[in-house]
Amino acid sequence: MKITRDEVVHVAKLARLNLDEEAIELYTRQLGDILTYMDTLNRVDTKDVPPTSHAIFINNAFREDEVKASVPVERALANAPQSEDGSFVVPKVIG
Amino acid sequence: MDLYRLTIHETHDLLTRGEVTSVELTSAVFDRIGQVEDRTGAYLMLVKDRAMAEAEAADEVIRQGTGGPLTGVPLAIKDILCTEGIRTTCGSKILENFIPPYSSTVVNKLKKAYAVIVGKTNMDEFAMGSSTEHSAFMVTRNPWDLTRIPGGSSGGSAASVAADECIGAIGTDTGGSIRQPASHCGVVGLKPTYGRVSRFGLVAFASSLDQIGPITKDVTDCAILMNEICGYDPNDSTSVPREVPDYTGALQAGLKGFVVGIPREYFAGGLDEDVAQAVNAAIKVIEGFGATSKSVSLPHTEYAVGVYYLIAPAEASSNLARYDGVRYGFRDKEAEELIQMYRDTRSKGFGSEVQRRIIIGTYALSAGYYDAYYGKASRVRTLIMQDFNQAFETCDVLVAPVAPTPAFRLGEKLDDPLAMYLSDIFTLPASLAGIAGISVPCGFSKDGLPIGLQILSKHFDEEKLIRVAYNFEQATDFHTKRPKL
Repeated sequence: MKITRDEVVHVAKLARLNLDEEAIELYTRQLGDILTYMDTLNRVDTKDVPPTSHAIFINNAFREDEVKASVPVERALANAPQSEDGSFVVPKVIG
Repeated sequence: MDLYRLTIHETHDLLTRGEVTSVELTSAVFDRIGQVEDRTGAYLMLVKDRAMAEAEAADEVIRQGTGGPLTGVPLAIKDILCTEGIRTTCGSKILENFIPPYSSTVVNKLKKAYAVIVGKTNMDEFAMGSSTEHSAFMVTRNPWDLTRIPGGSSGGSAASVAADECIGAIGTDTGGSIRQPASHCGVVGLKPTYGRVSRFGLVAFASSLDQIGPITKDVTDCAILMNEICGYDPNDSTSVPREVPDYTGALQAGLKGFVVGIPREYFAGGLDEDVAQAVNAAIKVIEGFGATSKSVSLPHTEYAVGVYYLIAPAEASSNLARYDGVRYGFRDKEAEELIQMYRDTRSKGFGSEVQRRIIIGTYALSAGYYDAYYGKASRVRTLIMQDFNQAFETCDVLVAPVAPTPAFRLGEKLDDPLAMYLSDIFTLPASLAGIAGISVPCGFSKDGLPIGLQILSKHFDEEKLIRVAYNFEQATDFHTKRPKL
């Protein structure tokens, strides 16, 4: 097995996802197939090859540190599922 | 005359000469949508009232003689570009009710040009898919065969152009999401060089790969839209400060002295016979314009699926961390505690393909696996880029198929994610290298399904793509064919 059931459960927890039994089983199988396929990459010798994280070379995109208008609070909150007094409201963090 | 069938440049001519108004043209497009949309399912949302108001404003601009090439032209926008005041869902339940407080740079550029926005097109959720079947809301059907996929993830945009439900459209391409649906729907689609078009206001999927581009009825329209959407944007630090040429200048006859590379690996086993035949015939046509072709090798092509499906999910798992039910989008209101709220919101808000990719990406970046997966993929990505660099030392462009087969059937690969991923093999390498690519119609399968020719250029060499594509188009009539709906 390329990835175990417990690993899927662990990764889902890291990614803040709930998986039911059916999903755990399905993803364990599918991810196993996908990761087995990824093994083809091990055929490539990359010992002296640098990694690429960005296809175009851009060196430090600086800008002037100027004060500009920002989105007004009401508009920033307009899409919030719950807001109050200019703030986002969330369920309690500490019990 | 059926106005909705026209191209951007044809409608522009009629509008400028005063032979039609944008209001008439826009009404004709909405009438067409009324006739065929129940079969194609191209749009997630139509904004008719706004569009008619924009058309009226455009007519005034045209009367004053200050219009441009897009003024009054009805366009469709993929629902991943933020549109101020217009719902932007990314095909996801988690953004079902999201109304952006600002517009993406590309949408602002189109508005400034007085283009008319018809609506937002369907897509795979967060652009993750090759068939548009992963939309949380609806199925889009290929206008050429309603039992088949339109391609993806910009399937709605490509279908809307093919079905004449707009005059032109905007899509996005992370691993082929403009080129592949354009190919499957028999229209023109261009993925610009990474950094050529601002990504500001484009909902992020894989930030080192995402790029916005045009989907159009012909190559001339593609050049016109490129002129409008390209350019540096201070709001996107990955856009490149580099002058934008007049791409319509590349619409000129002759390819004398052009060297066209044919990458062997794109013609290996598994390529559909009809696709191979159409692409080989297209190469002969291009040679007829004075170009010479030569065989080249891109030896790391076969690893592109592995590299892409580690890097893109890794970036996605990070980008999609922002959907937590706090600031915008869907929230599951039942949870009584914060972490549970995050988990319930994300599990109920994201579809299965998105969750699958978040898990792959999180796994590939997690402690103990980072070097083996993400690290390894990033190194092989370098080799894929080097393959292209080497080929472009002796070639102006490369030509290849867009996809190994014509459009597959709805449902055919839905239960087998790996099979779906493998269908992207010919578009992924260019995405990983950040180079430009175009798909132009180059034939039909025995079943009457469109086939696209992919042309690739090095970074910032889109003019060459447009030039080769334009010459090819002049010698063929595939782009004039329309599906019977």
